[in-house]
Amino acid sequence: MPLVEVRDLVKGYARPRRPWRTDAPVRAVDGVSFAIEEGETFGLVGESGSGKTTTARCMLRLVEPTSGQVLFRGEDVLACTARRLRELRRHMQIVFQDPYSSLNPRMRAGAIVEEPLIIHRVGTREGRRGRVAELFRTVGLDPAHLDRLPREFSGGERQRIGLARALALRPSFVIADEPVSALDVSIQAQVINLLADLQGQLGLTCLLVAHDLRLVEHACSRVAVMYRGRIVETAPTAALFARPHHPYTRALLSAVPVPDPDARRARVEFDAGAVNLTAPLREVGPEHSAAIP
Amino acid sequence: MSQPAALRPDTLLLEVRSLTTAFDAAAGPVVAVDDVSFSVRRGETLGLVGESGSGKSVAALSILRLVQPPGRVRRGAIFFKGRDLLALSEREMQQIRGAEIALVPQEPMTALNPVFTIGDQIEEALFVHGRATRAEARALAVELLAAVRMPEPAQRRRDYAHQLSGGMRQRALIAMALACRPSLVIADEPTTALDVTIQAQIIDLLLEMQRAHDLSLLLITHDLGVIAGAADRVAVMYAGRLVEIGPARDVFHAPLHPYTRGLLASIPGRTPGRLHAIEGSVPSPTARPPGCVFAPRCPDRMPQCDAAPPAPVAAGADREVRCYLHGPGGA
Repeated sequence: MPLVEVRDLVKGYARPRRPWRTDAPVRAVDGVSFAIEEGETFGLVGESGSGKTTTARCMLRLVEPTSGQVLFRGEDVLACTARRLRELRRHMQIVFQDPYSSLNPRMRAGAIVEEPLIIHRVGTREGRRGRVAELFRTVGLDPAHLDRLPREFSGGERQRIGLARALALRPSFVIADEPVSALDVSIQAQVINLLADLQGQLGLTCLLVAHDLRLVEHACSRVAVMYRGRIVETAPTAALFARPHHPYTRALLSAVPVPDPDARRARVEFDAGAVNLTAPLREVGPEHSAAIP
Repeated sequence: MSQPAALRPDTLLLEVRSLTTAFDAAAGPVVAVDDVSFSVRRGETLGLVGESGSGKSVAALSILRLVQPPGRVRRGAIFFKGRDLLALSEREMQQIRGAEIALVPQEPMTALNPVFTIGDQIEEALFVHGRATRAEARALAVELLAAVRMPEPAQRRRDYAHQLSGGMRQRALIAMALACRPSLVIADEPTTALDVTIQAQIIDLLLEMQRAHDLSLLLITHDLGVIAGAADRVAVMYAGRLVEIGPARDVFHAPLHPYTRGLLASIPGRTPGRLHAIEGSVPSPTARPPGCVFAPRCPDRMPQCDAAPPAPVAAGADREVRCYLHGPGGA
């Protein structure tokens, strides 16, 4: 059984009311399904507005989806009670995109990392203090800086604080929503390596939400490509990069800038009007599906 | 990609010499650009690459003399077609900005005026520089929008910025930059706010315009992938200093400065397995080390690196590097 499974997830946003019009809601997420196996890193890629972040947030019910199922170890997160949801959230955590706005600027770094432990009533005050120092070391921060404010840390260090906070409750599943897109290139590699190390050490299962295909290719075992709220292609990473089937995936891959002056890849143009948006996913190779007619 | 012409001075369009730009703060000046020298040749694309805080955007603003107080250019010279821009009056400079040197800014939403149509804004550039009458400007604006492959240019001329997508806005800004047929276009992170497929289109468009109008392009970006696909030569900045400059192929295939090497190795996909990370973080502009700015993070650090910043050393044809590994140097 997969650790996490998303089934036919839909999130609609009502459009502004007009008395003379009855617009259908915009479907930011439109029937998304995928499954993440224990211990793997699954990548969700797409451009801005494709619905990848909304999908991630719906999975933790940070945004309430319109319909669908999110199964965690077989239990539907969307159907459970508030009390049960709180228990489940101990096992499902998220690292946010922007390390500048996702940390409370008035809280000390140590208190930020300790907060989930307090909310979930884990350990004694002394025990929590020890755990926070341990988490600081785990993510490569100096426990001597527990009393600093977020603004006293660099962007990369702030993302480490966000990661320590996500790991505090020893979750089995972590969503990383664009964890490095706000960071400089030389710092991105530090954070990506740290994520990979922690995943190995702690046996984490990860959902990596990203727009950077180079990053996804490096970090993920399987990947799903989102376009206009739908998954248009999903495959093991190597297969997707070697043999993309959907026209959007092809355009996306051909547009990735290659850091080699001699590599001149032919650009694949993408005609948004010509894409069949209602085609269902169908198998095109082993574990490889694409929404093509 | 054009092969760089011979190194005769008459092929130089822009020459920046020992540019130092600082921002005056209560605690003392914060040096954003520190003794930076480079040149842009006629018809070439120079890629200026660096992370946030490296000083690349301030260098661009210094060239256009758009650095606002408390920032100011403290030292150096900027020769454009043989004239030192820093010695010109504000009036003379206004005749160069937009007409001879144009800027394609980073953020296409904030760079456009929301209360004027994009046509108004393109026409204004033509009119202000006396290139056309109002009526002529209108026709030219449509031509320019067509040239940057804006769909339905005659209709789009009457649109406001909010009616256009990010990629369309960037096309409008490129049309505006090209309006007066400048000889140098400075594009400051022109694609950072855009999605990757749109980014590819905009870079292709910039290069096409460069070839069509024989422009020189100073392309500023943090994305080495974008630089690799577009630049003839590459200049790498770190913490206010220019650490390496040379032909793109040489810099990417055989980087000389340890920072450039680290940066290239940290890109996912170039090497399998673990990513190479540059340890530590960029020093704060108020607390830069006395020697080489990269020394605290450098895997090849030597005693002299902490003593004084290395001077630029010529390293092979058309290349320069500021690193003790490649010569005695010493500033």
